[in-house]
Amino acid sequence: MSNSVSALNGASATGFATVRDMGLQGMITLRGDLSAAAIKNAVKTAAGGDMPSAGHISLSDAGSAAWMSPDELLIVVPYADADAKLAEITKGMGDAHHMAVNVSDARCMFAVSGDDALVREALAKLMPVDLSPAAFKIGQFRRSRMAQVPAAVWMADTGEARIVCFRSVAQYVFDLLKGATAPGSEVRYMAR
Amino acid sequence: MSTRLANGGRLLDKGRKIDFTFNGKRMRGFEGDTIASALLANDQMMVGRSFKYHRPRGVVASGAEEPNGLVGMGTGADFEPNQRVTTTELFDGLTCTSQNHWPSLDFDVGAINTKLSRFLPAGFYYKMFIYPRPFWKHVYEPIIRKSAGLGRAPDQRDTDTYEHFYAFCDVLVIGGGVAGLQAARAAGATGAKVLLIEQTAHWGGRAPVDGGTVGGQPVDKFVDEIVAELAAMDNVTMRNRTMGAGVYDHGYALGYERVGDHQPAAKGPRHRLWRIRAAQIVTATGAIERPLSFAGNDIPGVMLASAVRDYVVDFGVSIGDRTVVVTNNDDAYRTAITLKKNGLDVPAILDARVPTQDSPLMAEAKGLGIRVLMGHGVSSVQGGKRVTGVGVCSQAGEGAVLEEIACDAVAMSGGWSPVVHLWSHCGGKLIWDEATAAFRPDVDNAPTGAKGEAFVTPAGAANGALSLGNVLSDATSAGAAAAKAAGHTGDAVAVPEVENIDEARMAPVWMMPQGAGVKKRQKAWLDYQNDVKVSDIQLAAQEGYESVEHAKRYTTLGMATDQGKLSNINGLAILSDALGQPIPQTGTTTFRPPYTPISMASITGEARDERFMPIRQTPMYDWHVENGAFFEPVGQWRRPYTYQKSGETIEQAVSREVKATRASLGMLDASTLGKLVVKGKDAGKFLDMLYTNMMSTLKPGRCRYGLMCSENGFLIDDGVVARIDDDTFLCHTTTGGAESIHGHMEEWLQTEWWDWDVYVANLTEQYAQIAVVGPRARETLEKLTGDDISGEALPFMAWKDITLGGIAARAYRISFSGELSYEIAVKASEGRALWDALLAAGQPANITVYGTEALHIMRAEKGFIMMGDETDGTVIPQDLGLNWAISKKKDDYIGKRAQARSHMTDPTRWKLVGLETVDGGVLPDGAYATAEGKNANGQRETQGRVTSTYHSPTLERGIAMGLVLNGPDRMGEVLEFPRLDGTVMRAKIVDPVFFDKDGEKQNV
Repeated sequence: MSNSVSALNGASATGFATVRDMGLQGMITLRGDLSAAAIKNAVKTAAGGDMPSAGHISLSDAGSAAWMSPDELLIVVPYADADAKLAEITKGMGDAHHMAVNVSDARCMFAVSGDDALVREALAKLMPVDLSPAAFKIGQFRRSRMAQVPAAVWMADTGEARIVCFRSVAQYVFDLLKGATAPGSEVRYMAR
Repeated sequence: MSTRLANGGRLLDKGRKIDFTFNGKRMRGFEGDTIASALLANDQMMVGRSFKYHRPRGVVASGAEEPNGLVGMGTGADFEPNQRVTTTELFDGLTCTSQNHWPSLDFDVGAINTKLSRFLPAGFYYKMFIYPRPFWKHVYEPIIRKSAGLGRAPDQRDTDTYEHFYAFCDVLVIGGGVAGLQAARAAGATGAKVLLIEQTAHWGGRAPVDGGTVGGQPVDKFVDEIVAELAAMDNVTMRNRTMGAGVYDHGYALGYERVGDHQPAAKGPRHRLWRIRAAQIVTATGAIERPLSFAGNDIPGVMLASAVRDYVVDFGVSIGDRTVVVTNNDDAYRTAITLKKNGLDVPAILDARVPTQDSPLMAEAKGLGIRVLMGHGVSSVQGGKRVTGVGVCSQAGEGAVLEEIACDAVAMSGGWSPVVHLWSHCGGKLIWDEATAAFRPDVDNAPTGAKGEAFVTPAGAANGALSLGNVLSDATSAGAAAAKAAGHTGDAVAVPEVENIDEARMAPVWMMPQGAGVKKRQKAWLDYQNDVKVSDIQLAAQEGYESVEHAKRYTTLGMATDQGKLSNINGLAILSDALGQPIPQTGTTTFRPPYTPISMASITGEARDERFMPIRQTPMYDWHVENGAFFEPVGQWRRPYTYQKSGETIEQAVSREVKATRASLGMLDASTLGKLVVKGKDAGKFLDMLYTNMMSTLKPGRCRYGLMCSENGFLIDDGVVARIDDDTFLCHTTTGGAESIHGHMEEWLQTEWWDWDVYVANLTEQYAQIAVVGPRARETLEKLTGDDISGEALPFMAWKDITLGGIAARAYRISFSGELSYEIAVKASEGRALWDALLAAGQPANITVYGTEALHIMRAEKGFIMMGDETDGTVIPQDLGLNWAISKKKDDYIGKRAQARSHMTDPTRWKLVGLETVDGGVLPDGAYATAEGKNANGQRETQGRVTSTYHSPTLERGIAMGLVLNGPDRMGEVLEFPRLDGTVMRAKIVDPVFFDKDGEKQNV
């Protein structure tokens, strides 16, 4: 573990909202028939929550499970637990057709925190998504793009956004978020 | 002269003086001024020279339609050309310069063109510069470019920032005049989420200037109230300084917000491009006054009547002491009345109409003692750089001067054209309104959305409703209708009560006087910015340019930066007249976004400098940067091409890397290689379809090289497949192919073999992959592991999970160099740690990190093909002698059927061979081998081409691969390759494997 470093090694920047590299996160891609009992149980065991509905993320203390597509979930757990959780899932799924792979190192997670409306506005400079509080509530999960790269976003709490992108573009995404939160560039469309 | 009046200027804060310079001259204005109003207050009427004839030009308008007042603003990194003076707010320290003149604005050499104007008719450039063709690029183009053009391009990088913003709403209202405000109020009352945008800094549009009473109080009070009301509504957002730039499919609209233009010292972006998704759009974009076409209508001091009024009321600026008003409608009377009430002289109103009785505005003007000449017009304007008088004539005649009136300003009005641009951008149709002689939106043919529903509603003057009462009632219903269409049916608002003032019907006047002779028509401007006159359009019609789109391009009418906002209707009326057909039959040119020019930087948004494009970085990227990597782009990755040491050339560095690797030990960052996991009970069957060879027979723990073809049989990717367990394969792809092959696999799984139990995941970035290559690779790895990696335990084309330096790793014994080679995959987060450990462990073996060029050379020495070199989308595996990798046992694979087509089995397809230059030199990449004779196009026949070519440091000579006609059957033959310098290189056809043909080095 001591050898493991996230792409940006915990970098942060503060403008009208704060951008932070969340460091290494355990992430498991789980593909299968999302209506099957085995996969629901696997989600419960691994992430501690219920199966998320389409476009949502189920958040719990143990981890979270995000709906990626009609046959794919993203399970988020502590980095150190990822391999063990993966083994558990694989065991739990048994012979059911599925795929479970550790993608922790292929990804990067950022937090953007601050005033709820300003956090949403910063992201809305980069993502073609209606991120207004009425349209994007805590528990919703959206795969989209951030400027020129794929990214997924959800609100972990009021004023706490999470972004997942590919590891190789971590620096680009960090620079984007830093620019989008530059002091003086508040849009004040959602914030009044 | 134009000057600041003692009173008036409703938009000014006269307590705040602002200093600025124009052409280096210090001037003073007030907060609230535009550059135009401030220049006029300083008697700076002339603002530029025209495009073609370099005629003196002054401000004509007061808004976005201004054609003449374009200046270069700022200096150095802040410089920006073509800034419109009528829409640019004044700020302290502003500097601006006029454009398109030499040596000075007052004295301009190019003005000689105006004397030569009869030699510069419509289509002059096309006629003059068509022959001889070789002159186009080096003679004509530089001349034309020098003489044409408006502002010059900035010569320094822009230091401001720009951004995009994605906004979503139910109803977008474009335009913050009384129509937009009322539409927003009506939409907002229903509970809909409303975004109201206005291009200027002020709300209410021109209603406060035009006057009138709403609900028993002056209209400006009404504006104040409605602005306050909207500002207090949570579901309504108001943005001024934000122009509706374009309307597109699916309710998408662009808003151009000038955040920092008026406060350049403030933090934050200069411009923000709003990318708006609206369920419904209301275009409350107002109307633009048309000029009249009389001789000398471009002389500084001739201005739109509405603009003259705006400058008095909004900015307290008089354009002249004596203003002649010339009109074909009642609205211009408001200008005369306003001037008179402000103590300025109006010697006459020349009204082209002959009404039977006075309208209320006519009566009011006459009551103020203004002389009104009905049935009269301007014969010609006198003056050069400034109006000195007008010759009065009968509108019905040919222009005989009845009387001369001395004046220093002319206020003209040819009627009003609704601003239909945004309505039209996405397909809204127009109808011709006889009463106002203007095109207005055909509301039954609106832009439609995905379900065929209208998604744009015009409101107010933009919909042809020109009186205040009609504007407000139209806007009320437009706002409510848009909200309803967006699914909101809340409260309705009442139409405010308006005291209506009857106006006499306008009369269309396209030429003044009606019988103007050619000399007058050559001085009657339609398009001020591009110098197009009435005579030019008539000439174009005579020469057969009947389509309005053709006439536009031939004459350049409406093609300047103002896009014909003033000239459009007048021009097509002249064209219709010349063609003898009604105006609706001629139609309009196409309205395209943006409404007025927007900055290129706002379109770019954040995508500049470090955010220009994503650069994908491997976990070892920082090491590469610190160690002299010379990068090359591979897809979005940056891969080290080579690592230069001090004093080394690129070639020397590459050579060193190859030699060290072959002699002892090399190391490569191979992390960018695509890694796709394919899992499921049908995974083997699936891969048998995707690859040309058999993958299902591969044993767990083993690796196999495979080729992938498109449906058309062409080679699209290659790589090594490792079988992880019975159900799981790991497919390596090329660096550039990872995403596309992943997509290729998903497409087949989702559309064709949806019932097969297979899942695919792209794990490219999960792993850092390091190639450890060379005779001393094994002994180096053994220092870091206790696992058995001997030739028996981990043979060639096998893989094994091992622990290296305490890190869990998977070692693939595969080779792209012909050397003993291991590709080590570890979790990306531990990649750098392993890299450092390997560097340390390899020191005794002189470990040498190598880049992509050394990789390419070593594979070429071994005769291995490279996607993108040996393949170009037209090459099949059989061309490359890869028949051994095409299974004959399989019933099918993607591309199999295509490869059976006659052209694919043609024995004359060029085939891969090695090429060894006779003199040991290096063949040029892509060079063709010539054959005897010429083809049907008179070109030399060819018989082959170079696909890869390098200097081999190992063999110390040039080596190459190429595709050659009957190549494999012609070993030893010498081919000729002409070079660009005219010399010819000779190369012998040889086996493509140049080095270690038996593979003894990799199989140890």
